Amino acid sequence: MFYRETGQFKTNYNADQAIFPIAQDRWFVTAVILIAYSIVPFYATEYLLQAVLIPMLIFTIAALGLNILTGYAGLLSLGTGAFMAMGAYSAYKITTAFPELNIIIVFLLSGVSAALVGIMFGIPSLRIKGFYLAVATFAAQFFLLWMFNKVAWWVNYSPSGTITAPPREMFGHMMTGPTATPETRYFLVLTFCVVFAFIAKNLVRGRIGRQWMAIRDMDIAAEIIGIRLLPNKLLAFAISSFYCGVAGALLIFSYLGSAETEAFDIAVSFDVLFMVIIGGLGSILGSFLGAAFIWLTPIILTNVPHLVGLEIATDVQKHIEIMIFGSLIVIFVIFEPAGLARLWSIGKEKLRRWPFPY
Amino acid sequence: MEFLHAITVEPIMGIAEDYIFFGEVVISGLLTGVMYSLVALGFVLIFKASGVFNFAQGIMVLFAALTLVGLIDFGIPIWLAMLLTMGVMVALAFVIEYLILRHLVNQPDIILFMSTIGLAFFLEGFGELIWGANVKALNIGIPEISMDVGGMLLNSFDIIAAAIGASLVAVLAIFFQFTPMGRALRAVADDHQAALSIGIPLKTIWVTVWSVAGIVALVAGVMWGAKSGVQFSLSLIAFKALPVLILGGLTSVPGAIIGGLIIGVGEKVAEVYWGPAVGGAIENWFAYMLAMVFLFFRPQGLFGERIIERV
Repeated sequence: MFYRETGQFKTNYNADQAIFPIAQDRWFVTAVILIAYSIVPFYATEYLLQAVLIPMLIFTIAALGLNILTGYAGLLSLGTGAFMAMGAYSAYKITTAFPELNIIIVFLLSGVSAALVGIMFGIPSLRIKGFYLAVATFAAQFFLLWMFNKVAWWVNYSPSGTITAPPREMFGHMMTGPTATPETRYFLVLTFCVVFAFIAKNLVRGRIGRQWMAIRDMDIAAEIIGIRLLPNKLLAFAISSFYCGVAGALLIFSYLGSAETEAFDIAVSFDVLFMVIIGGLGSILGSFLGAAFIWLTPIILTNVPHLVGLEIATDVQKHIEIMIFGSLIVIFVIFEPAGLARLWSIGKEKLRRWPFPY
Repeated sequence: MEFLHAITVEPIMGIAEDYIFFGEVVISGLLTGVMYSLVALGFVLIFKASGVFNFAQGIMVLFAALTLVGLIDFGIPIWLAMLLTMGVMVALAFVIEYLILRHLVNQPDIILFMSTIGLAFFLEGFGELIWGANVKALNIGIPEISMDVGGMLLNSFDIIAAAIGASLVAVLAIFFQFTPMGRALRAVADDHQAALSIGIPLKTIWVTVWSVAGIVALVAGVMWGAKSGVQFSLSLIAFKALPVLILGGLTSVPGAIIGGLIIGVGEKVAEVYWGPAVGGAIENWFAYMLAMVFLFFRPQGLFGERIIERV
């Protein structure tokens, strides 16, 4: 009843090719963005901003990146954590070397450096496929983290081996560092997330995205119809690593404040992969839903026993949490292998005919 | 210049000067390699028979070892505890087939892969919930004495472990080659549909491979557990087995063995002779780099089946 495209006629090609051709989708997305910018930061508690929304948005950016690589170009990667680390450490090096440089530019440059590393580790993807490639990307994961641990240059020779986000100012507000308010950091992360999501959405529905999808579905056939594999696969690696790199930089500068390489270990790579698969491979919306699901589930699992007044020993609770999390993944994969994005589109179909389904 | 000297000349000099020590390094690498192969074998068995990349193999090793130690702590004699643990692993195979695999027939590989990651999480929590998360010693009565073989110091435990690993591989090879079940397994690995159409029960096959993989995991768990204690980090040897796996080829049992030996030796030699020049602890990534270089030339691994693609 409310969600019908009936009567929405397109009179020119531009309208027909708009990102959201259905008016309701347009309103919905606009409303969500408006609420995220205007209402959320003023009513949300500091805990909600700091521990839930900011990391969730950051991981959404990383999930967008991995979704471009795995969901659209069909290249399975388990090195996400390392590419995020590359972004984080580059951002730290750049901003300590050029303190005057605008922090946005620092983030973008760190994304570029992550992209270069991504291209390097993407070169084997032309010959190596499937799980062989996935395991090969572990090489990036282990090698890069080892490098950040061993080469003191990356941490400016600090004996503790940690990198700390220095305070940086923009438009008269502290953007990073200990004095930045959660609201400012939320705005920064949100802006990155929204802009990157729009860029990704446009990339994947254009020529580049279609080439990626052709490669994903069958790379030999794609090659035969004239799609050049190497540049396209490397481009997918580059853009994906760019997203991951920016996400990694934001993770340190806007969320953790300071960190060692442990913040980017293999568990992070897997978490982002979960987000992409649970959310839906090859779906921009899915990256948002997946990131929310994977980030919120452990938080909910940790807090539920307290809320219902159940007192369990911490280690037992930790084990039960892992068990439930694992079972949830299995159950999810069995019942909806196409992910949350698919559930969403089924819901939209139902809503179209509601309340008189036939 | 100094760095160049450190990575080109010095290691070679080191090898040439003390070849007995080099022999020791190579042999200890070979023995570790057999241990890696044991873990990689579990992956290969399941991948061969069902096309599932079983990420939970590492956790299965930990789970089997935890169960064994837990049973021994109850005062059950070792041989009985071994049998009981085998029973647990077979039961686990039934449960996995019934609850997970059966529902995922015909799904894309990555979905099956995901489900095994979920399984890995579950088993990790489950094992530690029941048996506790602290480090446990596992003593199965294999002597650990140093022996002098031709001037080289070798550990008797490593040799016995390697022998057990080798005999396990031999048994598996015979099982695959000469038993009706083994033939059926190979048929399923070749072509699911064709195997089904000549009446091979897919479900029985899956339960069998997961059981065999579980028992292999138990052997690996016993060996690694006796060597370094049963603890969570035991499951991380899966990350050691992965490069072995892709180096040897995901579908090849001999590949898992040869791959294990290459990785074992390569990583030991690199760590001892090249490690100091670049700051050490290169064991973590060296195996992956080595595997990647090999894959450049043979994308399906050394012994993997050639991937033939048609449009």
